[in-house]
Amino acid sequence: MQTFTQVTGLTLPLDRANVDTDAIIPKQYLKSIKRSGFGPFLFDDWRYLDAGDLDIDPATRRPNPEFVLNQPRYKGASVLLARENFGCGSSREHAVWALSDYGFRTVIAPSFADIFFNNSYKTGFLPIVLKDEEIDALFVEAQAEGYRLTVDLPEQTVRTPGGKSFRFDIDPFRKDCLVRGLDEIGLTLQQSEVIRAYEARRKQEAPWLFA
Amino acid sequence: MTTQPAGAASSSPKTLYDKLWKAHVVAEMGDGAALLYIDRHLVHEVTSPQAFDGLRLNGRKPWRLAANLAVADHNVPTTDRSQGIADPISRTQVDALDSNCDEFGITEFRMSDLRQGIVHVIGPEQGATLPGMTVVCGDSHTSTHGAFGALAFGIGTSEVEHALATQTLVQKKSRSMRVTVRGKVAPGITAKDIVLAIIGRIGTAGGNGSTIEFAGEAIAALSMEGRMTVCNMAIEAGARAGIIAVDQTTIDYVKGRPFAPKGENWDKAVIWWNTLHSDAGAKFDSEVLIEAADIKPQVTWGTSPEMVVPVDGRVPDPAKEVDATRRQGMERALQYMGLTANTPINEIRIDKVFIGSCTNSRIEDLRAAAQVVGGKRIASNVKLAMVVPGSGLVKQQAEKEGLDRVFLDAGFEWREPGCSMCLGMNADRLSPGERCASTSNRNFEGRQGQGGRTHLVSPAMAAAAAIAGHFVDIRG
Ligand code: SF4
Repeated sequence: MQTFTQVTGLTLPLDRANVDTDAIIPKQYLKSIKRSGFGPFLFDDWRYLDAGDLDIDPATRRPNPEFVLNQPRYKGASVLLARENFGCGSSREHAVWALSDYGFRTVIAPSFADIFFNNSYKTGFLPIVLKDEEIDALFVEAQAEGYRLTVDLPEQTVRTPGGKSFRFDIDPFRKDCLVRGLDEIGLTLQQSEVIRAYEARRKQEAPWLFA
Repeated sequence: MTTQPAGAASSSPKTLYDKLWKAHVVAEMGDGAALLYIDRHLVHEVTSPQAFDGLRLNGRKPWRLAANLAVADHNVPTTDRSQGIADPISRTQVDALDSNCDEFGITEFRMSDLRQGIVHVIGPEQGATLPGMTVVCGDSHTSTHGAFGALAFGIGTSEVEHALATQTLVQKKSRSMRVTVRGKVAPGITAKDIVLAIIGRIGTAGGNGSTIEFAGEAIAALSMEGRMTVCNMAIEAGARAGIIAVDQTTIDYVKGRPFAPKGENWDKAVIWWNTLHSDAGAKFDSEVLIEAADIKPQVTWGTSPEMVVPVDGRVPDPAKEVDATRRQGMERALQYMGLTANTPINEIRIDKVFIGSCTNSRIEDLRAAAQVVGGKRIASNVKLAMVVPGSGLVKQQAEKEGLDRVFLDAGFEWREPGCSMCLGMNADRLSPGERCASTSNRNFEGRQGQGGRTHLVSPAMAAAAAIAGHFVDIRG
């Protein structure tokens, strides 16, 4: 997994609440059996004026100039600023893959939907929860041209260009996995004997589960 | 996060969630996190190919084959299947599932199998979902299985791989919430109306970080089909999972199903299952109380399931919303939905009707819709009305009861099982601007087809809308 320590990046404000996973990556792209290549379809319905599909070259489509992602000033953004309940809807990890593939490394919002939040960590992508008033302040500041935030995971802070610093919480295990880029499956498999012991015990209590 | 004070845990009353959690902890990892054992893993074609690739890449094998059950449902055609899948990209994905299941030795119901259907319909139908289990699937509506007093939740593809490879997941204990629906619902009010009313009350983020236990007389009175409808939509309230206590209704439903325990194992299982309810006096992190008698037939008007009103209501007016972000959200939704504030709901005319999805495609749903349809014709402005049974077995049962004739005679299409127009990954979709009365669970922008407009309703309400051509109050 890609490691995450410190990222300083152009910040794109997406001023909508309840951004759902169908909006982040529409269903037609979920037919891909690959894990990469979703970046050009990120926010597809908002981003293009015409319909797209896996076999349509995005370069031939008409971008929606109104949509914030298409504004030249946000080209190369790697920090996404969003409103509450970001990532609600389906369990598709493709939503995180699309954000990552586009170039985002982190999304900062007042709250996230659970599954999206969990999926993020598995891909080296960092979801950050800040307080409502902090998010409001960042949305105001991010109006400035070339606004760049610094996310420091070891320190657990988001720093503004003006020097303000907001602290965020993160589970220590998840932090460790991200900072070191650990393979969670490999870690769990180190506990194989503990899992076998659980199974042996459970078989006595609930034999029907193993019939 | 809730953490049990050490020592006090054994004597204090427990929630159902506490009991399910505790029974599955393989190892504590500190800070409320644990390695949790997974009893049942359901697999479908959309969220699994990259997980199987991951296994191959790392030379790993599934930990316990018998814990997995696979089926293709999202991409399958609902029309004649003898020619296979026409769309080459859909076909590739279904083929990938078939070959992955072959390669790794996982049981799969293929497209030609009578048992094929939507993953959340077939699990319970087969008895592959049992009370007290942990059930996961790379699909958010895995919450459905919580209807059985199981701890069931959706996961992403990385976790699908983790569950396959280790039979466990690293999980953090969620908060607990209880939604009590007190008293009896009025005649004609269904599980769908109950859950939409709950979401209308607590909002789509109301359950974030929580496992919701649905309780109260109105919930206990529901059939298993109804309970599945309620738990199915727990995810639309933002919950990690929804659960309902085990009772005789649960046990009667499970008995005799192909994967259910038999003989001595059955007796043993029932003893444990009968303990799967929250103890009297158990503490929840939050409680919500809803009066069943207040619930009316529900219709969503916007692009989020919380944007819902009773059928005798009107499209709300954003001008009356004080919160700016919410107001903008409402305005955007009205624009997308092509609706004007204050329009009476029963004046909204529809183009299509979809009866199906893991929320409402079980036999009871089809019976309820057929009862409304019986002997009538769909309205002339309805371009397409389709019924998509949740599984081959549901379809077979419905045909045995003659429900297919009722629908066909009324002008509905009677299709093969699958997810279909719930999300339109196959050929069943809305065209831009088309308005649909749908029994599915999500009314997000573009969900049923780019530019499509979805109104979520119960099966009886969808059927009534098909006949009238617009929403109607089925109580009238
Ligand atoms: S029916 Fe709809 S919600 Fe249910 S699993 Fe299929 S696509 Fe998902």
